[in-house]
Amino acid sequence: MGYTLVEKIIAKKVGHEVKPGDIVTVPVDWCMIDDIMVPFAVQKFEEMGFDKVYDPEKVVLIYDHFLPATQTDDSRHFRVGDEFAEKYGLKHVHRTDGICHQLMTEAGYVKPGDIAFGTDSHTVTYGCVGAFSTGIGYTEMAGILGTGQLWIKVPETIKIEIDGTLPGNVTSKDIILRIIGDLTASGATYNSLEFTGSTVDAMSVASRMTISNMSVEAGAKCGLFAPDDKTCDYCKIPYDDEIKDLHGDDNASYAKILRYRAEDFVPVCACPSLVDNIKPVSELKGTKVDQVFLGSCTNGRLEDLRTAATILKGKHIAPYVKMIVTPASRKIYRAALADGTLEILSDAGAIITTPGCGLCCGRGGGILSDGEVVVATNNRNFLGRMGTSKVQIYLASPATAAATAIAGEITEA
Amino acid sequence: MGKVFKFHKDVDTDQIIASQYLLFPTIDEMKVHTFESLNSEFASQVKPGDFVVADENFGCGSSREQAPSVLKALGVKAVIAKSFARIFYRNSINIGMPVIVSKELYDVVKDGDDMELDLLSGKILANGKEYSCTKLPAKMQEILDQGGLIASLNK
Repeated sequence: MGYTLVEKIIAKKVGHEVKPGDIVTVPVDWCMIDDIMVPFAVQKFEEMGFDKVYDPEKVVLIYDHFLPATQTDDSRHFRVGDEFAEKYGLKHVHRTDGICHQLMTEAGYVKPGDIAFGTDSHTVTYGCVGAFSTGIGYTEMAGILGTGQLWIKVPETIKIEIDGTLPGNVTSKDIILRIIGDLTASGATYNSLEFTGSTVDAMSVASRMTISNMSVEAGAKCGLFAPDDKTCDYCKIPYDDEIKDLHGDDNASYAKILRYRAEDFVPVCACPSLVDNIKPVSELKGTKVDQVFLGSCTNGRLEDLRTAATILKGKHIAPYVKMIVTPASRKIYRAALADGTLEILSDAGAIITTPGCGLCCGRGGGILSDGEVVVATNNRNFLGRMGTSKVQIYLASPATAAATAIAGEITEA
Repeated sequence: MGKVFKFHKDVDTDQIIASQYLLFPTIDEMKVHTFESLNSEFASQVKPGDFVVADENFGCGSSREQAPSVLKALGVKAVIAKSFARIFYRNSINIGMPVIVSKELYDVVKDGDDMELDLLSGKILANGKEYSCTKLPAKMQEILDQGGLIASLNK
């Protein structure tokens, strides 16, 4: 009997075979703490009575949700983080570089086969490079900071096979939205999702990140892609035999296998106010929008900005629409500046903001009010997430977002 | 004996405690905003010993531990749901708040009903009838018994 990808990653770390349902204590390669949770994790760490961090090289503090500060209390979080880093000799603090989930792979921390935990649910994003990573609370994070380990239950795996060539106006965002709709918001709870097939093989690492990122919206514990040569290029590591072995075996035992033909996907939206309320964009035509948000750890990467720029080039957004573009990291911001992408977006009437979480967590500029409609490329359309509880949030791909901004109503690219 | 407060399926952590309140320095300052978008009266009406009863997938969404923490701070004795999102479930155990899976309770109780819970035997008494609920896995019961993860690690 073979093994699923998550079973292989965990087995390598604990040094023995594992099967779904086993409770094992794993060593932790990376801890990520974001600015919202820093003061709470620090407080719990001190209550636990630890006098040192298990490995200052393995802890990464990232300020992103509160940046730049919009409330007078926000900077307290930065201060507590800086003091903690200084006191315990932490080596990695990102104060203005971008969103935590973008930086954890982009800045060279998480690699294939690693185990990482973060104080944010979208920590599942690092599954895009074949790492086991998931979100935890701040008390558990404090425990890891002191002990370097955490107990986990080995998850069952749902395999998702996608083969064929995607239609031109469909992106990986449409794929993961459709899958969440099919699985429902709780359909993958406690499970690992493993994505395979020729469509997945042809995807960029950036597109895979979008899918891993949203795995948690179906309740999944992680969303994994087997690392390939593209992954190794991105992670700047050799594509060797050890990496080549990191894939689900054909004879592994899966809880469920879902098979899709790439040609069957269409552009979709997650409609208010549930991530699994999925409808084709074509059925939503005529829905007027007040704002479009292009950004977040789901879809704020260079290819996302370029996709939007290709559609917006030489055009202008509708007069009553505000379009907000927030690159996921400084590196992406600079690349989009250098290749002219930001110029095209700005010429089309978009507002370009500093890299970070921005509007996704309802903190940055662009908060909406009762009755307003926003089409957004991030991962959650929960009630009240981007303003009042009477704001209608539609989640969509960067292509749909750009086409919608021009038309002023929800529109297929 | 406590009162039942009922909630629908897929209640997310933003609905339990919205992100704009997460910058408050203490849980006590946050707790008055619990369930604000769903039931603005909840925080003032709930009494220590009361119960939250929900449909499937309670606590989905963000990893914020403040979500179970505000419920515990308001005195909620336990959350009983048809199922839980995994991070909320772990966080609850780690802070020492019981989370109980019952597939039937949600469909047989209504808001304001009186109920009792016996964690050790896995029994719920509501409206004069007895229902069984899932007991916690041993690892989790051990953490809960010790009063949460901090007490457990300090041992």
